[in-house]
Amino acid sequence: MSKYLVNKFLFTVDRDPELVERYRDDPRATVTWWEATQANTLLNCVGAEASTWLRFEDAEREALATHDHPALFALGAHPFLTLTLFIALFERDHEGLEYQKWYGERLSHFSLPYPDIAT
Amino acid sequence: MAELVAVIASTHHPFYYRASTATGDDRPPFADTWVAKIEKFRETLTRARPDVLVMVGSDHFHQLWLDNMPQFLVGKAPFYDANFYNEEREFGLPRMVLRGHEELSAHVLREGLDAGFDLAFSNELRIDHSITCPIITLRPQADLPIVPVYTNIFAPPLPRPTRFVQLGRALREIIESWPADQRVAVIGTGHLSLELGGPRQFGEHGPDPEFDRRAVEWIASGDIEGCLSEVTLDSLHRPGNATHGFMDFMLMMGVAGEGVRADHVDTLDLFHTMEAYFTWYPKGVPA
Repeated sequence: MSKYLVNKFLFTVDRDPELVERYRDDPRATVTWWEATQANTLLNCVGAEASTWLRFEDAEREALATHDHPALFALGAHPFLTLTLFIALFERDHEGLEYQKWYGERLSHFSLPYPDIAT
Repeated sequence: MAELVAVIASTHHPFYYRASTATGDDRPPFADTWVAKIEKFRETLTRARPDVLVMVGSDHFHQLWLDNMPQFLVGKAPFYDANFYNEEREFGLPRMVLRGHEELSAHVLREGLDAGFDLAFSNELRIDHSITCPIITLRPQADLPIVPVYTNIFAPPLPRPTRFVQLGRALREIIESWPADQRVAVIGTGHLSLELGGPRQFGEHGPDPEFDRRAVEWIASGDIEGCLSEVTLDSLHRPGNATHGFMDFMLMMGVAGEGVRADHVDTLDLFHTMEAYFTWYPKGVPA
């Protein structure tokens, strides 16, 4: 499990307007590029101090590459990060709170306790 | 010595700014009621005539991240830039700059460390809507210096509810021992029941109205003991997956004191979450 890395993807994309658009338009290519070039960036250090060991599990990579928010929820991605980014990606295609409600409905098969989000 | 002139606990609804400034067809039907409640709430701070604001909130994965996550952090900087691109994008929040109060920050850090709280600090902190929402609602002129105090209610493992109450009690002692002729208000924001990114989000009400009713009663009556006897890190999952933000209310109950009734209590049942506003006057209700 690399919940931390999934969260890192959501976090770093969400804060960058260009990456938000790139992830909306071509999720698989963005995930591939990000894992190859960004995943090991230590955010508060210079590039030469990158980490060496971070990679997605197959299910995580696939969930991100297919914009599959129920799968991300099941994998224990932080729900606030997923929601915030997905609102940025898709709210524009819907009226009012339609998207937020649909997003919740697609998670209706989950009951307590929800998947563990501890990293 | 400094005087603690007001203790304020509030929800921080990021949509208030947009709802309250919207006009015509864009203005939601509940906006006028909401604005009226906020203006009454604002008056409770204005009446206390504070010189400096200690602001308790929680970074929502903006500057603080999982590679280095503090449990409790105090800002110590001359200025705080505020609000982030994704808050502008989602909530329409404006960029802001708030003045800091480094002397009080230093006092809180020194005394907090000596009291057994291993507080992290930041000399360059960009604050988010957990602190700017109450500035917008309670002090929109944003003219007072602040001391931000961030808590981790977001990234487990979290401190337990008792620790939030203890920090609140300590903050009060620390402020009251500050040798300065200053009037201090403490403003903290959190949540009642709340679900974000889960199946119960964005309903007609908050995800657990019964929890909200009990929470408002705990806070309004200062029933710290009753609250602590029922609220645990595990129990907070039940009312909604983001309900751990309620621990910031518990911190504020610690500041206000056991058994102390709030002087101002108001709520507003909105879609998605219930709003709740509380003010205590430790020195009595100002004239």
